[in-house]
Amino acid sequence: MTAGTVAAPGVAPGRAATRGGGPSLVGGRGGIWFVLPFMLVYAAFVLWPLVYGLGLSFFDTSLVRDESQFVGLANYVRLFSDSEVWRTLGVTLLFTVGSTVPLVVIALVMALLVQSGVRGQWFWRFVYFAPFLLPVATVALIWQWLFSGDFGLINGVLTGLGLPAVGWLTEPDIGLWSVVILTVWWTVGFNFLLYLAALQAIPGQLYEAAELDGAGGWRRLSSITLPLLNRTTGLVVVLQILASLKLFDQAYILFKASGGPGGSATPILQYVYDTGFVDYRLGYASAISYMFFVLIILIALVQARLTRRSEP
Amino acid sequence: MTTAPDTANPATTPVLPRARRSRDDGPSDVRRYTPLARAGLTTALAVLAVLWLAPLAWALLTSLKHEADTTTVPLEVVPEAGFTLQAYASVLANGNLVTWFVNSTVVTVVVTVLTVALSAAAAYGFSRTRFRGRNALFALTIAGIMVPPQILIVPLYRQILAMGLADTYAGIILPQLVLPAMVFILKKFFDGIPNELEEAARVDGAGSLRIFLQIVLPLSRSILAAVSIFVFIHAWNNFLWPFIITSDPGLMTLPVGLVQVQSSFGVRYAQVMASAILAGLPLIVVFMLFQRQIIRGVATTGLGGT
Repeated sequence: MTAGTVAAPGVAPGRAATRGGGPSLVGGRGGIWFVLPFMLVYAAFVLWPLVYGLGLSFFDTSLVRDESQFVGLANYVRLFSDSEVWRTLGVTLLFTVGSTVPLVVIALVMALLVQSGVRGQWFWRFVYFAPFLLPVATVALIWQWLFSGDFGLINGVLTGLGLPAVGWLTEPDIGLWSVVILTVWWTVGFNFLLYLAALQAIPGQLYEAAELDGAGGWRRLSSITLPLLNRTTGLVVVLQILASLKLFDQAYILFKASGGPGGSATPILQYVYDTGFVDYRLGYASAISYMFFVLIILIALVQARLTRRSEP
Repeated sequence: MTTAPDTANPATTPVLPRARRSRDDGPSDVRRYTPLARAGLTTALAVLAVLWLAPLAWALLTSLKHEADTTTVPLEVVPEAGFTLQAYASVLANGNLVTWFVNSTVVTVVVTVLTVALSAAAAYGFSRTRFRGRNALFALTIAGIMVPPQILIVPLYRQILAMGLADTYAGIILPQLVLPAMVFILKKFFDGIPNELEEAARVDGAGSLRIFLQIVLPLSRSILAAVSIFVFIHAWNNFLWPFIITSDPGLMTLPVGLVQVQSSFGVRYAQVMASAILAGLPLIVVFMLFQRQIIRGVATTGLGGT
């Protein structure tokens, strides 16, 4: 459906050939040696830590103590009554909803505008996508400066227009939305590119036919473009939700590790980080990680089911 | 799923779409709009462009001011004292920016080369060879796509510490080499390469390694480029892991080191902005030079091969 699907046309014959088996010469020997190096690194730095982390979550392991004791499910029992877990999880979910909507809608609008063919294609693509290539620290430092209370550009413009200044980095009700604004500016270009690729894959004949039938611009948009983008939108939304749930870097740097005014911008991954690397409670941090991991998998499974159902 | 002509894959793409695709800078849709509509579209694009450029422009302006001119009320766009490169000079002279740049370059290049090599070999093994346990191992690899690296930080940290690799390049690099989604994308591409080529080579006595190196890889240049670009951007901007595993400023990568700038330069905003811009500049320049390749690479890999 989208230009983002690599080699999709080749999948069917390729699979048929290997599965059909038969005396085909393809299916060379020694395959294990190609797979092994990757599998070893995978086992050492993903699978083992995954098992090790699960193990840690049953101990009261601390960074500052050599001894650690098996505590069974105590860490998990504790996290259910730890209000900070639920509060930071709430922050994370609010950010996920609050950022996914603009990140999808603005990306779509940008792609539609650019695809309309107005001159300066190179420039528009550059401007909308370039921020995505900036390291998170650059982005956070720039926005810290823009959001700054007295000398920030944003408040400068607001007061210049006769509007009241806003405590972007100091008001508990605002802090998380400052992270949303930063994140939209930083990463919308990625979704924009995915949409642009999908738009370019729509055959021009469809529009020509519609035009012959007298369909205007809005009609072409609502009857051809948007329905054909459904699958892309589904994928972009899924990817965005999974990305937004993992909020940490930009919020952490923007608020200088403080978690925002009154902790209002502390995502759950920052709570994991603080628990593990500031309070040194590694066992408990692992338990929170695992609870979060299970949640991400559940969300991914639900989405997989929903997108599969909406596929043609 | 199958309607897109895929110019990235020489093995499956007929010649026809390539001609159309080569002008992908200019969809000709614009003639269908009235002048008024076109003006509206341009205005909307321009408003968005201003919003997206303003933060960068302001950072640049700030970095070119004398420190005293950065904190004026009301804001000054052009300060009376004029502009200066002083902030850049002091940042480059006093900070570790150059060290961090070198570290980032070393880490990113090594991560990119190793990740692409490991992933391509594994994808070839999964796609074009047969051995016992292949399907199980492939399923295990795909399952890895579901594991967010962030949840591994605690056990990984202890592991790297135990291996004595904290504050080393190896400690920064090793945990970044596994991107199962890239294996999946490459395998899907390799699946599409016609068997005939490989069979002919096998008749000539070529082994799997030679077929991989001399037939499959050369046919896959475009997808390898796309995957490399993705991995490069990913590694260059990676923050959390290098942040956790390095405490020695001499070993920090740019994104990690830059966070130190916050505390060391404090309220010297011109210097903070100069550092931020210097750290962001390399990839932006690369993007200006290779816009088309990067856009195609990101669009190709962005959906994770779904």
